[in-house]
Amino acid sequence: MSNAPHQNPALLDVSEVSKAFGSVEVLRSVSLKVTRGEVVTVIGPSGSGKTTLLRCVNFLESYDSGSIRIDGKEVGYRETGTRQRRSERDLAAMRAETGMVFQSFNLFPHLTAAGNIMLGLRKVRGKSNAEARTIAEHWLGRVGLAHKADSLPAELSGGQQQRVGIARAVAMEPKILLLDEITSALDPELVGEVLEVVRSLAEDGMTMLMVTHEMAFARDASSRIVFMADGGVSAVGPPAEILAAGFDNERLRSFLARFRASHF
Amino acid sequence: MLSQIIYALPFLAEGFAVTLWVSLLVVVLSLIAGVLMGVGLVYGPAPLRWAVRIFSDTIRGIPILVLIFFVYYGLPAVGLHLESFWAAVLALTLFKTAQVVEYLRGAVGSIPKGQSEAAMAIGLTFRQRLAYVIFPQAFRRFLPPWINGVTDAVKGSALVSLLGITDLMQAINQVIGRTYEAMPLYILGALVYFAVNYALSLASRRLEQRFSFIRE
Repeated sequence: MSNAPHQNPALLDVSEVSKAFGSVEVLRSVSLKVTRGEVVTVIGPSGSGKTTLLRCVNFLESYDSGSIRIDGKEVGYRETGTRQRRSERDLAAMRAETGMVFQSFNLFPHLTAAGNIMLGLRKVRGKSNAEARTIAEHWLGRVGLAHKADSLPAELSGGQQQRVGIARAVAMEPKILLLDEITSALDPELVGEVLEVVRSLAEDGMTMLMVTHEMAFARDASSRIVFMADGGVSAVGPPAEILAAGFDNERLRSFLARFRASHF
Repeated sequence: MLSQIIYALPFLAEGFAVTLWVSLLVVVLSLIAGVLMGVGLVYGPAPLRWAVRIFSDTIRGIPILVLIFFVYYGLPAVGLHLESFWAAVLALTLFKTAQVVEYLRGAVGSIPKGQSEAAMAIGLTFRQRLAYVIFPQAFRRFLPPWINGVTDAVKGSALVSLLGITDLMQAINQVIGRTYEAMPLYILGALVYFAVNYALSLASRRLEQRFSFIRE
């Protein structure tokens, strides 16, 4: 993997990444580029490797071969010599450059909404308590929860918790935001408020890679859609093209047909 | 009779001080060792996990009395001569450490994996994840069995009297030897042990309430 990465304008460059859980190949030579300011949505049937791909980007999962670079820097492994996992400190520093929002929110239940956002700012970014509080309040305002700063997660609705989850991720000013089926655990009436926040972040130019089953949202908010099947990238293109009925990809057509049948 | 007991009170108080000192040493040392080994058991590489697992299972499978005699009478055979006081403290600490390991494993294991992942995702290092995310949540689960274990340690410290250490139990026995007033002295002893442990239980309950804001 010694081809000059710095000539590559992609912010995120996933190149021929493969991964197996035991004998099951979950990622098969996946390549994908995301440029700055782009919103790329990954769709596909369950078990197609979407979430695993996302989790490899911030190294919550390791990968067996290939490379993932953010801003030219290899994510999980050292760049010199043999393939060797980065040190704990290095990994933590790299992960601080990517934000992640989880399907199950994963807010810290012992900290308030503001406390959840402030933890990384203080311990990773080295901000003072007062600075961190100001930033937390700013982002809580952005997601419409300025009045909930001192509420514990247990006191918030699912939609509110997920908006705090988003605020916690973006407050760290990540280079790229990873969204892993962030509305899948929400009641349908709460999905809109969360997607609205994502949409406004996209308008601000936040680079995003997201996995979602919200096709209408993917169509409206994405620059490109990636269709994954059986651990590989099966089709990539602008939403209008990928979601068009006549796209020349049998698997994609049947996925969308099944999807429409079950969702409309 | 009463005058004899009152006469013996300073002597009993000295014994009580030894009981408290042994208990404190055992509780503090086992807490440190048990938490470190427990973290090794949950997060460590395989050889470390096995080592802690074998240690914990072995120690917990041995009666505490056997352990005390083993450390005091057995270890000199391999060149480790300990004063009776430190032999007793070591044996009780080993025993308690094995329990703390299990409390820690249970408490940390009850925290959902997503918590570690969320903490990783914002860039916290392993130590920071433990300190700011995992331990604060695990604390509430750790506390009740641990306080229970502390009261066990106070009660179990009476076993050090078997190595001739003058703790509260031994002091009581010696006073009985002089006065032949077994009943009132054992009642007094029981009340003192009870008072210490009841105070600990009350403190535990207050602490649990303070941390009950964390919803399951």
